[in-house]
Formats: sequence, structure tokens, C-alpha cells
Amino acid sequence: MFSNVKSWALGASVGAIGLLGTAAQAVEIEYWQYFFEARVTAMDTLIENFEAANPDITVKMTHFPYADYRTKVAAAIPAGEGPDVVQLFYGWLNDYVDAELIQPLPTDVFPPDRIEAEFFPMVSAMRRDDAYMALPTAVRSLALFYNERLFEEAGFAEAPKTLDELIEMGKAMTKRDAAGNVTQVGLTTGMTGQDHHWFREVLTRQFGGNPYADGYRQVNYNDDAGSKALQFYMDLEKVHGLTQSGFMDEAQAAFKAGRAAMHIDGSFRIGALNDTRGLKWGVAELPAGPDGTKSNYSSYWVNAITTKAEGEKYEAAVKFMDYITSDEAMQVWIDTVGELPAKPSAALTEANASDPIYGPFIRGLEYANTTIFANESEQRQILVDMVSRVELEGQSVADSLAAAAAAEQALLNEYYGD
Amino acid sequence: MQLYRNLSIRQKQVVWAWGFLAVPIVFYVSIRFYPTANAVILSFMDWNLLGDKTWIGFENYVKLVQDPVFWKVFGNTFLYLIIGTPLSLVVSFVIAYHLDKVRFMHGTIRALYFLPFMTSAVAMAWVWRWFYQPVPIGLFNNFLASLGLQQVAFLNSTTNALPSVLAPAVWAGLGFQVIIFMAGLRAIPKTYYEAARIDGVSTWTVLWEITLPLLRPTIVFLVVFSSIGFLRIFDHVFNMTTNNPGGPLNSTKPLVLMIYDTAFNSFDMGYAAAQTVVLFTVLLCVSLLQLRLLRDR
Repeated sequence: MFSNVKSWALGASVGAIGLLGTAAQAVEIEYWQYFFEARVTAMDTLIENFEAANPDITVKMTHFPYADYRTKVAAAIPAGEGPDVVQLFYGWLNDYVDAELIQPLPTDVFPPDRIEAEFFPMVSAMRRDDAYMALPTAVRSLALFYNERLFEEAGFAEAPKTLDELIEMGKAMTKRDAAGNVTQVGLTTGMTGQDHHWFREVLTRQFGGNPYADGYRQVNYNDDAGSKALQFYMDLEKVHGLTQSGFMDEAQAAFKAGRAAMHIDGSFRIGALNDTRGLKWGVAELPAGPDGTKSNYSSYWVNAITTKAEGEKYEAAVKFMDYITSDEAMQVWIDTVGELPAKPSAALTEANASDPIYGPFIRGLEYANTTIFANESEQRQILVDMVSRVELEGQSVADSLAAAAAAEQALLNEYYGD
Repeated sequence: MQLYRNLSIRQKQVVWAWGFLAVPIVFYVSIRFYPTANAVILSFMDWNLLGDKTWIGFENYVKLVQDPVFWKVFGNTFLYLIIGTPLSLVVSFVIAYHLDKVRFMHGTIRALYFLPFMTSAVAMAWVWRWFYQPVPIGLFNNFLASLGLQQVAFLNSTTNALPSVLAPAVWAGLGFQVIIFMAGLRAIPKTYYEAARIDGVSTWTVLWEITLPLLRPTIVFLVVFSSIGFLRIFDHVFNMTTNNPGGPLNSTKPLVLMIYDTAFNSFDMGYAAAQTVVLFTVLLCVSLLQLRLLRDR
């Protein structure tokens, strides 16, 4: 009887110690991202794997609609609330570093030399002095989507390899009604979509220019190359008639509806197109320029540790960051979300590089450039207006380009404070 | 408690009156006046939501005055007001005036006019946006094309876009104004009309000398109400031009959209607050001016 009581007491105290022990060790960290179903599913999988490997850490994910995301993050972190690990658009990094809302990644776990050797080169934009501030799980690039049915109908076997072929094939696949109204376009256009990236990082380079100088602080496209690039872009509609700006309201809507033969868009569009019934489509690398120059634009979302994470939460956050930037996490991400791994070791696996859909995007990464934006939506608006002035107000290409360059330079000057 | 008991009845009434009044006062001070004052202070600061606020004096206002986009937007805002308010008032009065005389299916017709007012502005803006598209998806342009007429660039034009965006906004507000006008018409005593008929006055004179003057309070209310509405127009513009907000080339951008853009795309909170202060002042002036002009003398 007595021994029973004793053993009960012993068991209870051991159990209590055990409970206390786990209670003291269990660290909960918070992770924030914006809501996009596939991204949330992918992160759920990653968190599950991470928690299985690290039973003493739990990760709580919170997500918000994209429209509110930036405001919520911006309001929460300075108030000392919100996430320990946060997902940010790469273009926002400067603001977060300046406001000291995120902390550098520890160099023992993330040595800059190793990161530079392992990740695609555009990730180096995340380096500040001797440390990296943030790292991506996945990256995105552009490619040419094409409608296989319309290609077959026009007798084309493969996608255009050069800009000249793009024009010829686009013209052949444009349809008009008896009154001359466009009912199907060869190529979708619209600076409001991905075309402003195509113009900046691809076309200006292909016509011999370099869109920015001094680490993207100096606008450099107001030259002969920029002028040729813009002329090429405007001629697609005005001279060749193979497109119509604002056709079917949005470029991707026209492509989805099978009313556009070709469409330039990012890898994030793959998921939406996969869900479109009755649409047979393929992907090819962006057409090369007149002298064979290839270029691409890539962007990415990064994960960073906020200044809120301290002590054991910081330790846990570092572990979590290490896991979500591993090859394994990147493969989960491409399989679930369709975004490309940020490391060549994960991206250029046999299966990924030869994939008919991901392949062209991944090959594009090798020669991609990443614009460092001060304010992406404003900088996009400047190019939208540049095209509108030529299209609606009849301004000359050279004048409109010069006005856009001046406006963008003013914006950059204000942002970098000189 | 002792203190309260010593008060006279009169004083107790005062205490109770203020007790009840305190609820709305606290509400307005904390929900309205405090944020308003905050916004005014913020308009003298530089703040990107992330960093610290820094006092920069009148810099935001100087920037505002020198910003060509602001003047364009200011002009647009008044265009919405100057076209929208008279147009919607005239149309809704004509409808109300005639609907008042209709006996056949009166309730149904009135409900039909009121229906757009109950519809979500966002859904309506998107439907109209598609109406305005070029061939092959735009309803209006498909109709024009089927008649062999040239397409009209409704939204993709610096001159047509503003009226095109305004049209659904006017249409959506009609139902409400029609109802108010009809209530106003019903409130005019029948005896005036009977006297006019005995005198053998023309319908036109009845309208000018009896109906419109007696509708004055209704008209004042509707002018002020719809002016404020048009000066604050946002959802129609925003939803019909999401890809190029307020475009093309800022030709449809109202002040509220500029404020939204500055605050939540550029995160320039101080500058946005300065714009808000300007909008507030304009709204106040316009409302006071209208009240004065249309007041019963």
C-alpha cells in the first residue's frame, strides 16, 4: 500500500517535471505570409516536416489577403507584435532594413560566401555588408506562354526563338472581323501586366542598352537602345497589328480564353492556367534579341527574421529559416506552388530542368536580371503612362521615353535621398 | 453619492442630461475628432509607416501645390461634381415627376429604379467595365460593331474615360434620389395645385411656381448629399481602372484615389494626410457654400 503511494507520488512528480520540462522547451514562433492557396499548402507541409524534425519548436502560420498584407506587416512589427519570421517581397527589403524591423541572418549558419556559391546570382541583392538580411525559398522568372491549338491551326510547330519570328508568327495568328476589329491577338501586350519587366530588363538589353546604372539608382534607358526597344514595343500594335492594348481587359484573361496565341507572363501563372479546362498551352523561353542576346527578369519573395525574435525564439527562427531555404523545402515549393527553386542545385535537377513547363523558366533564371525597385507600383505606372502618351496623345517615342526616364529618376532620387 | 444628494432637482437634471450626452460625445471625440486631429498633425510629418515620424513643416503642402498630378486630380474631382450632381438631379427629378403620376404598376417601377442603389458598387463597376470593353467582349462595342459602326474607346481614352466611369455612378445613385424627390413631391399640399387649376395656370407655370419652389428643402438636401458623394467618388473609379488606377494618364483619378495610392502603394503617409486635409477643406467649403446659396431666405 505504502509502496503504491510512493510510486504514485514518484510517477506524478516525474510526470510533472516532464511536463514542466517540455513546457519550458516548447518554443512557438510565428510565421506570416500573404494568402495564396498553394503557398499556404506548401508552407503547411514545410511546417509539418520541420516540426517533426524539431519536436521542441512549433510554428504558427498566419496569412492575410494580398491587398492588406503589406500594411498589416508594416503596422504589426513596429508595434512589437506579429511574426518572428516574415515573408517579404524582395523590393521591400530596403524599407525594412532602414527601419530596423528585420535582423541580419547569423553568419555562422548563413555564411555569405556559401550563399553566393549556392544560390542564383540575383539573390545577392539581399546582402547588406557582411551578412544576408533575407533569403528566398523560390524565385520567379518570365517566359512565353503559347496556345498549342492556335499554333497547330496556323501550322507552327514550335515557339518563336527571336523577336523577328515573334512578329511574323504573331501576325499570322491575329484575327479580325469583317470591319477590321481584332477578335484574336497574336501576342498580348499591356504595361500593366508583366510587360514593364519585359521592357526594362529584356528589350532594352536586347537592343544594346542597360536599363539602369549605379546599382539601379540611375535611370539609363533614355538612350538609343531604349528608344529602339520602345519603338519595337509600340510597333507591335501600330505597325504590325498583331496585338491590341487592353484586349479583353486583361492579358491573361485573353490567353485563358484562347483568344491570344502568345502571352508573356511569370511562372506564378502556371497554377491558374493548369486549372483552365480546354486550354492546351506550352511554355518557351523569351525570344532572343536581334543580336541573339537573351535576357529575363526574375523576382522573388524572401523570408527574414524580424527584430521581435529574441532568445530561444531567435534560435528557433534561425533553425526554421535554415530549413525553408534547404533543397528539400525548395522541391516541396516547386511541386506545390510551381515556383522555381532559388538554388541551382535544387532547380537544375534532371527532372526539373527537362520539365516542359518549368524548364524554360529555369533556363531563363541563368541569364535573368532583378530590378531593384524603390517603389514597384509607381515605377510600373511611369512605364504605363509612357506607353499611354504615345498611344493616346500621339507623343513621339523619344519624348515619351525621356519624360518617363525623368519621372523615374526623380522618384529614385527622392527615395535614395539625394 | 452625498454630493449628488445635495444637488437641487434642476442640477440633477443637468447631471443626467450630460450623462446621456457623454456617450455620443466620447464616441465622436475618440472615433472622429481624435483621428481627424491626428491626420492634420500627420500632414506636417514624413512617415512611411515603418520608420519614425519626422516633422517637416509645410513640405508636404508645398509638394502638393507643385505636383502637376495633384492639380489634374483636383480638376477631375470637380468634373465629377460639376457633371455628376446636376445631371443626376435633373434625371432623377424628371423620373420622379413622371413616376408620381403613374398609377399602373407604380410600386414595381419604383422598386426597379431603386434596385441599382442596393447593388454593391464593386459588382456594378465590374459589370460596367466589361460593358465598355472593345470587341469581342464589350456589350456596347459589340452592338456598335454589329451595326457596322466604329468602336468607341470608352475607358482607354483620356477624354471618354471620365464620363464613362461617371455614368454608372450617376445611374447607381438615381434610385435613392428618385425616392427622395417623390417623397418631396407628395409632401406638397394638394390645395396649391387645385387653386392653380381653378386659375387655369399652365402645367409649366405650376412646375416653376409651385412644385420647384416647394421642393427647395428636398433639392438642398440632395444637392449637398450628392455633391459630397461625387467629391468622394472612389469605388467606381478604382474598380473600373484597377490595372491602371485612375488612368489612362490620370484622366479619371479623383482625389480619394490619389490619397489611397499615396498611402497604401507609396506608403507616404504624411503626404497622403496632407491630401486628406485638402479634401476635407474642399468638402467643408462646398457644403457650406451650397447650404448658404440654397437656404430659405
